[in-house]
Amino acid sequence: MTEVFGVPIQALFGQLMLGLVNGSFYAMLSLGLAVIFGLLGVVNFAHGAMYMLGAYVAWLGLDGIDVHGMHIQFNFWVALLVGPLVVGLVGVVVEKLLLKRLYKLDPLYGLLLTFGLALIVQGVFLQYYGSSGQSYDTPEALSGATNLGFMILPNYRGFVVAASLVICFGTWFLIERTRLGSLLRAGTENPALVQAFGVNVPLMVTLTYAGGAALAGLAGVLAAPVIQVTPLMGSNLIIVVFAVVVIGGMGSIIGSIVTGLVLGLVEGLTRVFYPEASNVVVFFIMAIVLMIRPAGLFGREK
Amino acid sequence: MDWLGQGVDRAGKIAWIVALAILVVAPFVGVYPIFVAQALCFAIFAMSFNLLLGYTGLLSFGHAAFFGGAAYITAWLLQEKHLTPELAILAGVGAAAATGLVFGMIAIRRQGIYFAMVTLALAYMLSFFFLQASFTGGENGLQGIERGRLLGLIPLEGDLALYFFVLAVFVGVFLLVLRIVHSPYGQVLKAIRENEPRAISLGYEVDRYKLLAFVLSAALAGLGGSLKVLVLHLATLQDVRWEQSGEVILMTLLGGLGTFAGPVVGAFTVVGLQNYLSDRAGAWTTVIIGVIFVLCVVAFRKGFVGELLAWQKRKARKA
Repeated sequence: MTEVFGVPIQALFGQLMLGLVNGSFYAMLSLGLAVIFGLLGVVNFAHGAMYMLGAYVAWLGLDGIDVHGMHIQFNFWVALLVGPLVVGLVGVVVEKLLLKRLYKLDPLYGLLLTFGLALIVQGVFLQYYGSSGQSYDTPEALSGATNLGFMILPNYRGFVVAASLVICFGTWFLIERTRLGSLLRAGTENPALVQAFGVNVPLMVTLTYAGGAALAGLAGVLAAPVIQVTPLMGSNLIIVVFAVVVIGGMGSIIGSIVTGLVLGLVEGLTRVFYPEASNVVVFFIMAIVLMIRPAGLFGREK
Repeated sequence: MDWLGQGVDRAGKIAWIVALAILVVAPFVGVYPIFVAQALCFAIFAMSFNLLLGYTGLLSFGHAAFFGGAAYITAWLLQEKHLTPELAILAGVGAAAATGLVFGMIAIRRQGIYFAMVTLALAYMLSFFFLQASFTGGENGLQGIERGRLLGLIPLEGDLALYFFVLAVFVGVFLLVLRIVHSPYGQVLKAIRENEPRAISLGYEVDRYKLLAFVLSAALAGLGGSLKVLVLHLATLQDVRWEQSGEVILMTLLGGLGTFAGPVVGAFTVVGLQNYLSDRAGAWTTVIIGVIFVLCVVAFRKGFVGELLAWQKRKARKA
């Protein structure tokens, strides 16, 4: 078997693929964080909880839930729609009810508020579902694997990477290339002026937060078949995503997508060559980037 | 009422002496000393945090790293190396200060919200280390730590002896923080909090002031963690996790950010609440703490002491 630096090439590509899958989640989550931060100036600590919520919607859907005597059951493909919708609605409620009151204050209060929300959501799910993991079956159409010659690619992983790329670049297109996006960006620069042009800025803010939340929910649904669904899955991931955001800087959409994917790959590579460090390598990179380029790789701060 | 906020005028001094008298008498009138001692440890932790956020304007979201890290070091030295408690505590504080220096040097390169995220990430990395390291007992942590003899002479195993030791340390920390806040150095910190560019233009090396504040705060947080090991006989993963970092923020916020009495009031409130809830609400405790967090941020940002001061000011203006 072919080897690269003493590592079988199959294993190497396998880990790289896994890294790319993780990177896809980093990219989707940091993208959502960046979009929310751009318009609301809020670092959404609850993003991890929303990702977890998305995964639970999918899992509950497959199991079936009873609401007012109605038995609701749906498969993965429906969950891809229902998950983001539910989480997006939660986002609307959170923004309308709570976040709205904080916009004139120091952005730190937004972080603290969403931290409290994350504690609540995580606590409630721990209470009902315990801390043990639930597994979610890979959808029928995407089970199995394809032999690419140099590696065997599990179909679902390929699907996750492709889907996340489509979602990320779709979001990029929406924000950078459409009229709605240009309004959003204008709202980031000068909300009062945009309002004066007759745009309903508060509505736009609400929808942006809901959109960012929905992205996290969608990532959660996509993640359900590849990881164990637990109430803690979001809180562990969100801290890594924060590090990704610090590395990339929240100024640019493309920046957060690229940083997310690349860091996933770096993690995968580390898992091959020095597995002990694979969980902390992102934080090391963060420390180094802060030393060399404090504003982040794509940052425009100061 | 200014003494609650500043703590130096005559009324303030009298109030502190009364509070101290209550704390001295408390264990003799039926108050469980271990509970108060635990609350005092967290009060030290919250005071260290307030020094950073309340007086310097830096939000560290990773302060549990110093609290829990020092706890692990102290617990390990007591259990495995059989050091006397004061040496084990000093080592814990030293370790916390050293960690604070490294984290601080990295984190102060960013401001505001990024500073919070960087400290959170670094603390998470450290908690990962403590989970993996061979000497920390993994998920279980270090348990059944003996308190030993202070200076090799005074046994601390009795709850009363321990209580007065913790109280003495607390009073020391209290006076130290009071001194720091009202020193010329403390004034520069406040200037940085109010207007960093102006402090820079006045010729202050802002980064060095911030770093020193960060290290001081980390060392004091470590002291709180090390003392807590003596009080509760254990050091666990819970002490280093991000939830703990959040808890100290809640204590400070609930008591009153940037006020002198606030963190102490907040620590007693939160620790009391947790003790009260843990029997009655079980796993719901986290949820309730989260709800209080949200309510506090939305509607009660000044905290107990801050609201009291604001109320006093309104009354004075009317009169």
